[in-house]
Amino acid sequence: MKFGVIIFPGSNCDHDAYWTIQQVAKQPVTFLWHDSHDLENCDAIIVPGGFAYGDYLRTGAIAKFSPVMESVRKFADGGGLVLGICNGFQILCESGLLPGALTRNVGLKYVCKPVHVRVENADTPFTNACRQGEVLTIPIGHMDGNYFCDDATLEELRRDQRIVFRYATPTGEITPEANPNGSLDNIAGICSPGRNVLGMMPHPERSSEPELGGTEGFKIFQSLVGAMAEKP
Amino acid sequence: MKAYVYVSLKKSVLDPQGKTIQGALKKMGFKGLEEVRQGKYFELTLDGGLTRAEAESEVARIARDVLTNPVIEEFRFSLED
Repeated sequence: MKFGVIIFPGSNCDHDAYWTIQQVAKQPVTFLWHDSHDLENCDAIIVPGGFAYGDYLRTGAIAKFSPVMESVRKFADGGGLVLGICNGFQILCESGLLPGALTRNVGLKYVCKPVHVRVENADTPFTNACRQGEVLTIPIGHMDGNYFCDDATLEELRRDQRIVFRYATPTGEITPEANPNGSLDNIAGICSPGRNVLGMMPHPERSSEPELGGTEGFKIFQSLVGAMAEKP
Repeated sequence: MKAYVYVSLKKSVLDPQGKTIQGALKKMGFKGLEEVRQGKYFELTLDGGLTRAEAESEVARIARDVLTNPVIEEFRFSLED
């Protein structure tokens, strides 16, 4: 069971994710360079936060053409586990691994603060350590986190329980005030039809140790480790 | 030959930047304004190796596959000799 953390030029949460997997989850982990097709037999891939290729043109627009993403696409098509965090979520949407797009925050400001997200589906490889409806406190830090998709896609996401996290109040109510960026339906994270690809704007690696002010984000990594252990 | 590509957000997508500009213009007293939508503009200089028809299809491909995200954006372009 090995994790791979991709490094793009401009990634800046790659080391945090690596640290969390190695030091907190105590799992084998390696960095994967954007310019290589080799996923080094990893069992789960993390597409980390940051500003891949400077986010020039659009967030994730250049990253989707990188050699490593070609391999990640094949890996995901074969059922491989892929977690995209923040810029990673944007890249997964641009790459077509997840539907929709992340656009400029409604308030036009970079928002950096802890938020509350409600677990809408605890039956995924990324949330199996959570309770259904549990509220997690995890920080966000982004300028383009405003999730958008067309009506038909939203309907599909709802019907198939592919909305995994929604911005909520501390008590778990879904309100406009709890929505930090204007995301459609308060969406903070979604998964693929096969449940093996998850994109989320909050940073679970930034709330995985008490020293960071919270540990609730660690449940995402804990879930992944559990899901990988179950795999034959 | 030059290609001028305009990328804009689809009508169905909220444009908070355009809205902010619109608000500012209104506050500054500009009149007759109904809506502002912000977009992107690209100027491509072609190397002369393509016919007009070929340039047309190549620029369309560039605009569709790279310069826009079809989920949220649309484009139009013009060519100039």
